[in-house]
Amino acid sequence: MKQQLLASASVVIGLLAGSASASDVEVLHWWTSGGEAAALNVLKQDLESQSVGWQDMPVAGGGGEQAMTVLRARVTAGNPPTAVQALGFDILDWADQGALANLNNVAAKEGWDEVVPDALKAFAKVDGKWVSAPVNVHSTNWVWANKAVLDANGIAQPTSWDEFVSAVEALKAAGVTPIAHGGQAWQDATIFDAVAMGALGPDGYKAAFIDLDSETLGSDAMKTAFDRMAFIRDNVDDNFSGRDWNLATAMVIKGEAGFQMMGDWAKGEFLNAGKVPGEDFLCFRFPGTAEQVTFNADQFMMFDQGGEVSSEQAALASAILSPSFQSAFNVVKGSVPARTDVSDADFDACGKQGMKDLAAAASSGNLFGSMAHGHAAPASVKNAVYDVVTAHFNGEYDSETAVQELVDAVEIAQ
Amino acid sequence: MSVATQDTAIRTGRVTRTLIYVVLILFALFYLLPLYVMLVNSVKPLDEITGGGMMSLPDAFTIEPWKQAWASAQIGVEPTGLKPYFWNSIKMVVPAVAISTVLGALNGYVLTKWRFKGDTILFGLMLFACFIPFQIVLIPMARMLGLMGLAGSTYGLSFVHIVFGIGFTTLYFRNYYAVFPTELIRAAQIDGAGFFHIFWRILLPSSGPIAVVSVIWQFTNIWNDFLFGASFADASSQPMTVALNNLVQSSTGVKEYNVHFAGAILAAMPTLFVYIVAGRYFVRGLMAGSVKG
Amino acid sequence: MAQSANADLKTRLQNWIPKLVLSPSLAVILVFVYGFILFSVYLSFTDSRILPSYGWVGWENYSKLWRLSHWEISLTNMGIFALLYITLCTVIGLGLAIFLDQKIRGEGMLRPLYLYPMALSFIVTGTAWKWFLDPGIGLENVMHTWGWESFKFDWIKNRDYAIYTVVLAAVWQTSGFVMAMFLAGLRGIDNEILKAAQMDGASNWNLYRRIIIPQLRPAFLSAFVILSHLAIKTFDLVIALTGGGPGRATELPATFMYSYTFTRNQMGIGSASATIMLMAIAAIMVPYLYSELREKR
Repeated sequence: MKQQLLASASVVIGLLAGSASASDVEVLHWWTSGGEAAALNVLKQDLESQSVGWQDMPVAGGGGEQAMTVLRARVTAGNPPTAVQALGFDILDWADQGALANLNNVAAKEGWDEVVPDALKAFAKVDGKWVSAPVNVHSTNWVWANKAVLDANGIAQPTSWDEFVSAVEALKAAGVTPIAHGGQAWQDATIFDAVAMGALGPDGYKAAFIDLDSETLGSDAMKTAFDRMAFIRDNVDDNFSGRDWNLATAMVIKGEAGFQMMGDWAKGEFLNAGKVPGEDFLCFRFPGTAEQVTFNADQFMMFDQGGEVSSEQAALASAILSPSFQSAFNVVKGSVPARTDVSDADFDACGKQGMKDLAAAASSGNLFGSMAHGHAAPASVKNAVYDVVTAHFNGEYDSETAVQELVDAVEIAQ
Repeated sequence: MSVATQDTAIRTGRVTRTLIYVVLILFALFYLLPLYVMLVNSVKPLDEITGGGMMSLPDAFTIEPWKQAWASAQIGVEPTGLKPYFWNSIKMVVPAVAISTVLGALNGYVLTKWRFKGDTILFGLMLFACFIPFQIVLIPMARMLGLMGLAGSTYGLSFVHIVFGIGFTTLYFRNYYAVFPTELIRAAQIDGAGFFHIFWRILLPSSGPIAVVSVIWQFTNIWNDFLFGASFADASSQPMTVALNNLVQSSTGVKEYNVHFAGAILAAMPTLFVYIVAGRYFVRGLMAGSVKG
Repeated sequence: MAQSANADLKTRLQNWIPKLVLSPSLAVILVFVYGFILFSVYLSFTDSRILPSYGWVGWENYSKLWRLSHWEISLTNMGIFALLYITLCTVIGLGLAIFLDQKIRGEGMLRPLYLYPMALSFIVTGTAWKWFLDPGIGLENVMHTWGWESFKFDWIKNRDYAIYTVVLAAVWQTSGFVMAMFLAGLRGIDNEILKAAQMDGASNWNLYRRIIIPQLRPAFLSAFVILSHLAIKTFDLVIALTGGGPGRATELPATFMYSYTFTRNQMGIGSASATIMLMAIAAIMVPYLYSELREKR
């Protein structure tokens, strides 16, 4: 036992010495498995070629929630990682705590201001200071469809809510599950994002979920949105509750279901199953939101290591924003680059479409943060909306009550 | 402390016995069910799982998922499998189990054989401490570990597990030593034996069974802990459960269920091993004291 | 004279050693358990959100907490869960122990089968359970393919029944452990007393009811302490099995506390819920521990 103690003590000393090494970055992230982790390895190798070591600190769970808990423990202990994957309002919260490093020098040198869309900058730049490096832009208002199923039932790609309703009803009549869905709060909310965007229009969406205007939250258009959610609820299979999103995607892949509303990460499942975009499956914007893009963006925020931004952090940030990494990573991840000047040559049809939509939405003011994915309002409000949406989706509230509860819940959470 | 024995005075008839066997076997099947699901799916190719029939036997048998989970699955940016994390867990678990057990034994010894005014209250305080929900200690614990310079290390993790394990180990040893004849201690005292001498020579040699209970309990809890392991470890000290979680919880990646299940069984191997090998001593140990007043 | 002073010192030292030995454990528990509890209670009166902060807000967090329907759901669920879980584990554990104590052939094989679930972490057993309980791919589907078309088992998808599936999985995990505790208790009972009672013509039923089960009292104490400790800490299980759903139907105080403290950045409300939970635990455990510990004097 004494020996074991000694052994563990020497390990500790080794660790302390290891983490003191100046030319390492310790990166906390939740891209822990499969293709996305492999894609991140590109970044690691890039840094290593500049002789910056990479200490990997992966913590998966709950779409980054677990990693954020760990981050809090690390910061409280006075031992924050050098770079941390983060989403939307979490970055702003940490910037408010004064915990982040200032990346303005790198940003100025590489001209980030010109190539990163403003809507994204709102989460990467705080009080005129760049505090994090955006990796990608996911958009959440996609619909994924099995082309063979649609063709067999004579359904064209729906472009409005009414067309969507008739498509769903045609599928139902044909005995196919119209909508594949997994009943988890965040998935319910992902659909709600797109539905609310369609029902309220871009201005209404902004007023309700970004400005948190209680009048819009309690409006008739919001009731319409909930009514549409109820329609969607009626057209998922009986077994939807608790299902993982990728199993819902598998239903579309296998032709058991017609549509799935899910962010662009669903594409990977189709590609993995050997399906070809445009031939085997379709990707299109949620009917009625063709112009708009609701996004969430993964970024790496840099923690202040005492004063100036370290040269390793600068190297990491510049590697993340480099066009070659942005292209390579996002081809794998299903998302699109966070800068608008990257070539789309390596992307498939859905990826090209996504990049085109993003650029168009960014220039026409139609690019909005996703409520469901923490880019419209702070975590407390986001989760309060989850509570109401998921309770309504599971039949606890009717649409009228849901609207009222939504107004109350958002008020309590602020 | 009698020896564990199957001997019982109860006599049962043939019909009753058949019924008893049926019930026992049904429960065995109930307990085995999830393990069956995990095992059977860990030896199937992925498309066979997602293609339905999660309960059925594999058409094409493969041990590839096991190899991947152990040595080549992507965990974080590197395709290391669970292998390196295994040693991190061992380094954390062994000292934590050893120290908390020793402290529990000493505490139990004091609380039963060197009683003083207020000792029951102290024991009550220790026991109540078992009930604190770990979520609320996370932030202050991180601060304390930071102040003590133990943040982000295996040493710090072991420390945390020792602190929150003492309550249970003390409970086990206290109940065990409570039935140990106090006359022997008094006799030794009269002969001039000191505190540690008595502990070392008289109590410790007969503490085997309860030590097994304490070790099994602590080993299982610490090995399976996720919350502390995730929060208080750093890049090079993450334990097995955190790696397993990273393997199975990736939010937007493809879910390789067969690899997940193989990984889960691999991660549970040490605890399964401990239960199966030490299981018989476990009941004996429980019998010898921990459930006696 | 000198010698007696020396002996005196030695005795006094001997008197102090036990307390010295106990003190490190006591000190860490006072700081790391009770100190942290006080800290958490203090936080519940502050405006803490993402990290602890010290702006005093009085009872505001508590009043917000009780306005959340979500919190009431988790308390009700805790009541249902704890009651069923503790009762079922005790009944099944005791039953299996009694059956296993009947000179069963293959006991050595059955015992580890009953015990092993305790060794597995719920991070993945949860997935296995989820699949098994899922009507589309699990038990219901299997029964259908075996020809029992009308078989229905969709509790996990049903708001009103989902909490019982959490109980089921939790009982699966720990009832074998409880069995071991009772089995140990049974094996410790003196057979002579039983034989004497049998001479007097007592039936098996009466033997158990009048003699054996009352003697298992310490086993009941240990089982109760361990089960209630596990019930309160049930967290991984819910996350893995239902994620708190369908809707919020299987939320428990531990998941509530975690989500408010860490994912919703409302640490003040999270701490308020923790404080109330600790008070509830104390209200149940303190009288129980008091009566149990006092009798042993």
